[in-house]
Amino acid sequence: MESEKYLAQLQEIQSMMQKSSKFLSLSGVSGILAGTYALIGGGIVYAMRDNFEFPVQFNSFEFLSVTIIAVLVMVLSFITGVIFSIRKAKKKQELVWNQISKLFVMSFMVPLITGGLFAIILVSKREFALVPPVTLLFYGISLVNASRYSFETLRNLGFIFIILGLANSLFVEYGLYFWTFGFGVCHIIYGAFMYLKYDKKQ
Amino acid sequence: MTSIISDINKTFDHRIRLGIMSILMVNDTVDFNRLKELLDVTDGNLASHIKALEQSEYIDIKKQFIGKKPNTTYEATLLGKQTFAKHLAALEQLIKTSK
Repeated sequence: MESEKYLAQLQEIQSMMQKSSKFLSLSGVSGILAGTYALIGGGIVYAMRDNFEFPVQFNSFEFLSVTIIAVLVMVLSFITGVIFSIRKAKKKQELVWNQISKLFVMSFMVPLITGGLFAIILVSKREFALVPPVTLLFYGISLVNASRYSFETLRNLGFIFIILGLANSLFVEYGLYFWTFGFGVCHIIYGAFMYLKYDKKQ
Repeated sequence: MTSIISDINKTFDHRIRLGIMSILMVNDTVDFNRLKELLDVTDGNLASHIKALEQSEYIDIKKQFIGKKPNTTYEATLLGKQTFAKHLAALEQLIKTSK
């Protein structure tokens, strides 16, 4: 009888510690959807490749279409992530924008925005081939950095992106494949894993 | 056995106080509204439990201004952290021995 009370106390402590220090409203579904957008985007670019003129010129048709597709994939993924997090938080009757989600977003955004600016600078210097590895690398660092305030497994996904980014910088001519594999396939696999592990139960 | 029992702290023998301490063990500083949100309690209820913990010197209250808005944050004192860690270890020990 007494030990049951103690066990309940321990469980309460554990759940409070986790709930108060981790942003757990990330949804596996948004990972799957973000991966799908990246796959579609990568597929479109792949299909268009035959008509592209190489080397790609700044502000050419090739340049603009790839940029628009990449930005679209990013914006859609971001919006999807936010919408599904709000939904999940509401389901759990928690606030989305609290101390921990702020810390999570901050620790995620600092490397990500740094990488984004770096990618823009690379483009301005016409170093197009380095853009996919740089985005993979910085996104991976963002994940590792932010995993402290969220699911610990997010760190593993981050490491995969870092490895992909490094590998891609060795073989820059395969940027499209590395980028699509990372942002597309890895997101879908990880999102599905998260969905099955955490979301489906609730 | 007696030493284990003596580490079980009566101050933490309440869901809200236990919750406040758990939260402050893993967060450097937390404000009133965040505690309220996490513990799902009324203002008055939360305030009374905070007061109890402050009187035992387990938590510190920091009052400051963010712009013109007053902001009160709470953090666990060293004594609070040590006492809570002992309480936690005692709980684990008691569950182990009862099995």
